Amino acid sequence: MIRPQDLLCPKPEGLYCAPGDFYIDPVRPVARAVITHGHSDHARAGHGAVLATHETLDIMGERYGLGFSESAQAAAYGEVVRRDEVEVVLVPAGHVLGSAQAVVRWRGLTMVVSGDYKRRRDPTCPPFEPVPCDVFISEATFGLPVFRHPPDREEIARLLRSVAQFPERSHLVGAYALGKAQRVIRLLREAGWERPIYVHGALDRLNALYQKHGVDLGPLEPATSKTKQDFAGEIIIAPPSALQDRWSRRFPDPVGAFASGWMQVRARARQRGVELPLVISDHADWDELTTTIDEIRPGELWITHGREEALARWAELHGVPARALALVGYAEEGDD
Amino acid sequence: MRAFAELLDRLSLTASRNAKLTLVRDYLRDTPDPDRGWALAALTGDLTFSAAKPNFIRKAVEERMDPQLFWWSYDYVGDLAETVALVWPRRPGANREPELNEVVDGLRTASRADVQRLIEGWLDDMDEPRERWALLKLMTRELRVGLTARLAKRAAAEMGGVEPAEIEELWHALHPPYEDLFAWLEGRSEKPSSENPGRFRPVMLAQAIDEAVDFGKLDPADYAAEWKWDGIRVQLVNEGGERRLYTRTGDDISRTFPDLLDALFEEGVLDGELLVVRDGQVASFADLQQRLNRKAVDAKLLAQYPAGIRAYDILAEGREDTRTLSFAERRQRLEAFVGRQASPRISLSPTQPFETWAELAELRASPPAGDPQIAEGLMLKRWDSRYEAGRPKGPWFKWKRDPYLVDAVLMYAQRGHGKRSSFYSDYTFGTWTEDEGGKRFLTPVGKAYFGFTDEELKQIDKFVRDNTVERFGPVRSVRAEPHFGLVFEVAFEGLQRSGRHKSGVAMRFPRINRIRWDKPPGEADELSTLERLLERMESR
Repeated sequence: MIRPQDLLCPKPEGLYCAPGDFYIDPVRPVARAVITHGHSDHARAGHGAVLATHETLDIMGERYGLGFSESAQAAAYGEVVRRDEVEVVLVPAGHVLGSAQAVVRWRGLTMVVSGDYKRRRDPTCPPFEPVPCDVFISEATFGLPVFRHPPDREEIARLLRSVAQFPERSHLVGAYALGKAQRVIRLLREAGWERPIYVHGALDRLNALYQKHGVDLGPLEPATSKTKQDFAGEIIIAPPSALQDRWSRRFPDPVGAFASGWMQVRARARQRGVELPLVISDHADWDELTTTIDEIRPGELWITHGREEALARWAELHGVPARALALVGYAEEGDD
Repeated sequence: MRAFAELLDRLSLTASRNAKLTLVRDYLRDTPDPDRGWALAALTGDLTFSAAKPNFIRKAVEERMDPQLFWWSYDYVGDLAETVALVWPRRPGANREPELNEVVDGLRTASRADVQRLIEGWLDDMDEPRERWALLKLMTRELRVGLTARLAKRAAAEMGGVEPAEIEELWHALHPPYEDLFAWLEGRSEKPSSENPGRFRPVMLAQAIDEAVDFGKLDPADYAAEWKWDGIRVQLVNEGGERRLYTRTGDDISRTFPDLLDALFEEGVLDGELLVVRDGQVASFADLQQRLNRKAVDAKLLAQYPAGIRAYDILAEGREDTRTLSFAERRQRLEAFVGRQASPRISLSPTQPFETWAELAELRASPPAGDPQIAEGLMLKRWDSRYEAGRPKGPWFKWKRDPYLVDAVLMYAQRGHGKRSSFYSDYTFGTWTEDEGGKRFLTPVGKAYFGFTDEELKQIDKFVRDNTVERFGPVRSVRAEPHFGLVFEVAFEGLQRSGRHKSGVAMRFPRINRIRWDKPPGEADELSTLERLLERMESR
C-alpha cells in the first residue's frame, strides 16, 4: 500500500519527493527544486534545476541575478509538469505575485503543499484555489485563534483618516518589499489616494517588476525627492527595518505605521514603537486556516511551519488527523 | 462604540502629547451627544458604576471555545482582556453593534448578576477585536491609555476654543454626559454655572524671569518678593461645609492629607505650598514624597511626616471671591486670615523686603539662615496684580536659584521614544570614585534626556553609535576612559540620598547643560564632590 510519506517526506533540506527526486522550497542548495513563491526563505539561490511560475522565476532573477540556478523551467498555473513518475501542477495560492501551491500526484495519491497562502482578495495576484487531496500540507504562520485579520480596506481607511487628521506629519508605512508593499500601494489607489506615493529605494526593483506584470501602482517617487517639510501630509512606504532607522529622520514627525499580521497583538506594536498598526497580512489568519481545512477536508493534515500545535489540535477536534512536520528554516516573522 | 474604540486604540500607542490632544479633540468634535460625553467621563475617570471584575470573562470564553486553544492564546498574548477580545468567536446573526451610550447605560443600571450576561451579549454583537478590547477596558473603569484627566479636559477646551482654566473651574459643577458643556463649547448656549461650594479654582502661574531683559524694564517698587518653596502647590478649601485639598491641576488629594483639612476653622480658600514641617522648620522634599501618592495613611505616617502649608495667597474669604483684588490687598487679608486660624499647620510665606534688584540678587545668591536656605529661589509678584488663572505674562515671575553643576562622563545611552525613536537620546552619566585598591572607576550618578538642541542630539547620537562597547537591548554602553569619552556638564536642582542608586546619591531634575567635547573624561568630577554637596545641604 502506498503511504503519503513515500511521496513526500521532511528532510533537513526541506520536503523531499523521492519518486520525482525533487525538493519543495529547499532551504539548502539541491539538484532539483520546486519553488512555491519568491520570498527569500522559500526561494533560495544555488539550486541545480528550478521549477516555478514565470512570475516567481522573474522575482528570483531580480533578487539573485539571472544565474540564480543552473536551469529554470516556468510553469503556468494549472499546467501539468512531469518529474519522473510524478505529476506536478502549480495552482494559485493568493499569497504574493506568482505564488503557488504545489499539487503533487503519484499512483492515485494527491498531496498539496500550500506554500504560504491567504484566502482573501489581493489586487496583486489571483486567489487561492482549493484542490481536493489526500494530504493537505499547510503553513500555520498565524495558527492561533488570536489572529483574526480585519478587512484590509478598513485598515487602509484608518491610515487615510490619520493622514487627514495629522496634515502636518508624514505617514511612514513599513511593509515587506515583496508583496506587502505593492498590495498596500494598490489598496491605497483603490481607496482613492491619487497623490504620488513615496518609496524607499529598496522597493524600487520589485515595484517595477510588479508593474511589468500588469499591477498598476500609480505614480511612485523616491523618498529622497523632497525637502523635509514638503513630506507633510504624504505617505511613504519603506521596509519595516527603516522605520526606526536614521533614514526616517528625513520626514517631519512621522507617524510610524506597520502593515503586518503581527500588528494584531498590541505588545508587538509597542515593542517596535509603532503608532499606527495596520493589520494587513499576506498569510491566512486563524479563520482562513480552519475554513480551508474544513473546505478541503483532506484525509490528513500536515503542518509545515508556524504555530503548528494549535492548528493540529483544532484539526484533531474536527476529525482531521494532523501531524506537525516542524520544518526549520522558514522565517516565522520575516515575511509578513 | 467603534469610534471610541479607535480613539482608545490610538491613544494607547501614541506618545506625543500634542497628537493625543488632536485625537481627543477631533473625537469630541465629530461624535454626537451623549456618546462623546460618556467618552470624556471615561477619559477623566468620572464614570460611576461598580466596575466588573475581568475574571468572569475567562469562564465565559472557555464556554465558547476549546480551553486548551484559549490557554495557548493567552500564553502568547499575555494580557487577559486583549486575548479575550481577539479570540471571542464570531456569532452568526449577531445584533446591531451597541452604541457607547447604551453600553454605559447598561453598566450603570444593570444589577451585578445581569451585568455579566450583558457584557457577553455585547461581545457577541461586536465585529472588531478593537471594540471588544475597548469594552473590556471600559467595564473595569480603568482605561490606562496614557492620558491624564487634565489633558482630556484640555482637548475639550481646544475643541471649543476656550481657555482650559475655564473648564477646570467648571468641572466640579458638571456631570456626565456633559451636554450643557458641549452646548456651550459649540456656542449653542450660555456657559454653565460654576457655583459649587468646595470647587477647585484654577491657579495662577509665574513665568521664568529673563535676567538679561526683564530687570531693565521692571521697577523693584512694583514687586513683592517671596521665597519659592520646594514642595508642591496646593489649594486648601473650606466652603459650605466642604473641606478639600487640591493639587495645582485640580486633583483632589483630601484623603491623603486628613491632618490638613481641619486646619481652617473659617471658610476660605488658600493657595500655598504643601510641605513636611517639623517644629516650624521645613523638611526636605524627600520627606514630603513619603506622604504623596498614597492610598491610605496611618497614624504613624502622620506623626512621622507632619504636613503643613505655607500660605501665599487667598482666593476666597468667607463666601467672598477675593481673586479680583490686588495682590497687596489679598496679602493683607491673607496675613489676618492666617493669624486668626492660629493653626500650627498653616504658616505665612513671608515676603522678603528689598530696595533694588542688586540687593535681591545678593539675597538669592546667599539666602538668610533657616528655611530660605533650601528654597528653590525667589518669586516676584506685582503688588497690583489680580489673581488670574493660567500663566499671564508680566504679573508674576519665578527667579530660580542657579542650578548646581557637575562634569560627568557619558556611560550608557538608550533609544528614545516617539519622534526620538531613531536616536540614542537618554543618557546615563557617571563620576569618578576609587575602589579599595585605589583604582579610579566611573559610577553612574544620574540620567538625563533633555537640555540639548536637535543638532547636538545628532552629534551625541553619532558619538554613541561610533563608540559603542556593548549592546543590551535598546541600551548601549559607550567608551568612557580617562583619555577618551564624552563629558557632559550636568545641571540639577538638588541632591538626595538614595538607597536604590549604587552611588548613594540621586539628582533632582538633572539635564544636560553643556556638552564638553573639549574635556578629557579623566578631568570630570569625583563622586566625593557630590557627597560633600549633599552634606552641606543636610547640615543647613
